[in-house]
Amino acid sequence: MTEVDLAVTSLRDLNAALHGPDPAPRWRVANPRGAHALAAGIDAPVEVEVDGHVGYYCAGMNKQATVRVHGNAGTGVAENMMSGTVVVEGNASQSAGATAHGGLLVIHGDASARCGISMKGADIVVHGSVGHMSAFMAQKGRLVVCGDAGDALGDSIYEARLYVRGEAAGLGADCVEKEMRDEHRDELRELLERAGVEGAEPSQFRRYGSARRLYNFHVDHAGEY
Amino acid sequence: MCGIAGLFSKSLEVSDGLGGHLGEMLLQLSDRGPDSAGVAFYRDPAPAGSSKLSLFGPPGCAWDALAREVGAGEPELRGSHAVLVVDMQAEAAEAWVRERHPELRVMSAGQAIEIYKEAGPPREFVERFGLRELQGSHALGHTRMATESRVTTEHSHPFSTGLDLCLVHNGSLSNHNRLRRRLRREGIEFQTDNDSEVAAGYLTWRMREGASLERALEGCLEDLDGFYTFAVGTAEGFAVLRDPIACKPAVMAETDDWVAMASEYRAIAVLPGAEEATVWEPEPGRVYSWERARVA
Repeated sequence: MTEVDLAVTSLRDLNAALHGPDPAPRWRVANPRGAHALAAGIDAPVEVEVDGHVGYYCAGMNKQATVRVHGNAGTGVAENMMSGTVVVEGNASQSAGATAHGGLLVIHGDASARCGISMKGADIVVHGSVGHMSAFMAQKGRLVVCGDAGDALGDSIYEARLYVRGEAAGLGADCVEKEMRDEHRDELRELLERAGVEGAEPSQFRRYGSARRLYNFHVDHAGEY
Repeated sequence: MCGIAGLFSKSLEVSDGLGGHLGEMLLQLSDRGPDSAGVAFYRDPAPAGSSKLSLFGPPGCAWDALAREVGAGEPELRGSHAVLVVDMQAEAAEAWVRERHPELRVMSAGQAIEIYKEAGPPREFVERFGLRELQGSHALGHTRMATESRVTTEHSHPFSTGLDLCLVHNGSLSNHNRLRRRLRREGIEFQTDNDSEVAAGYLTWRMREGASLERALEGCLEDLDGFYTFAVGTAEGFAVLRDPIACKPAVMAETDDWVAMASEYRAIAVLPGAEEATVWEPEPGRVYSWERARVA
């Protein structure tokens, strides 16, 4: 275990070490104190544990790595993630998982506004609730909300799939409730398991997605998404 | 961008070190607002029948002569500002300065409030104004990255919004010109073309018409077009409001010793016991407020 205390080591030195050609496999980071871009841009199968609250863009652009935050995360955690796993044990601020292409983002608490905005293929599982305009213009991937969703869920959504266990305060433009078929229950069960959600059954969730009336969608191309 | 911070003390230790704590918060918010910085402190209330003025004057301002002229005690000098305690009501004192000394700017008036602000980097501001010496019950601060108007001391935050009231703002307003014209017709005075000063004037007007601070802030949701996180200081505490879209960040935290709000958590991380604080993000479109009587 490589231990780094950000009260002593600079954030830039930590990130540079994580970006190095052959980074150590396991890291533990103390005293993050809301620092921005912590563990952003990793492209290696390393594990990073962060003890405390982080600032903006933690684990942004993540590839391969597993980053676990024992605290809250600021705006844009795991934004533009490509692969790997990011876990926030507390709450996440706005735009969690924004534009993320791949990987799994798990938030044990709540996520605020615009969770999964413009997501492009990642999976996001929120144990709690999400704020307004979540999954805005979401193109691909799955967003699972075990609590409630704020207003304008899935506004202008493309082909992402949304699963909400509680109430959605309102659906955005072109977002509609859709039938839960076996294939959806199966993928939801798998996502809940991977995200360590206990006590939630796929049958308790509703599925939302695009009515495909708003964007220039041609059904002949549906298989390409 | 801009950064805002508020700190409300619940213990003697935090009150004694209030200036040092708020100064540290401002330094953390320097990246968000390198153009200017300012603070409002609530401290040492003037005795009943007296009032306190914070004044900004040109270099070499004869503060002692001014104090003698108005019959005030010795002025407390801080940077380019002076605080005077005068034996008259705040409105009368403010009017007296405006009429007799148009070269001075009244930054704040009331019983307890003191406002200090200046163009330039927050770090210089914290040093020049001796912020770390200040004690008090609560304080607000601002670091500015200018968008809507020029970078001068007058355009810096906080803006006074009436006696013992002030506002700091992160965001920008789109309908401030029209709203300023409307408020001028209602008799609200403005010193700059700044959008945030219009928000401050709006609150002054609503409260003059009888609204509580909470109701006046709720009115912002209807009448202000733009994006904002506001923190408003009162003699007893402070209030926070974010626009319904929540374009601008805010985080709040509380321990047994203090309540704090800031644009980013890193400005809260510098406070004593922050690791153990309850931390949350204020919901958009909802007024949060703390007052001395409520938490005592």
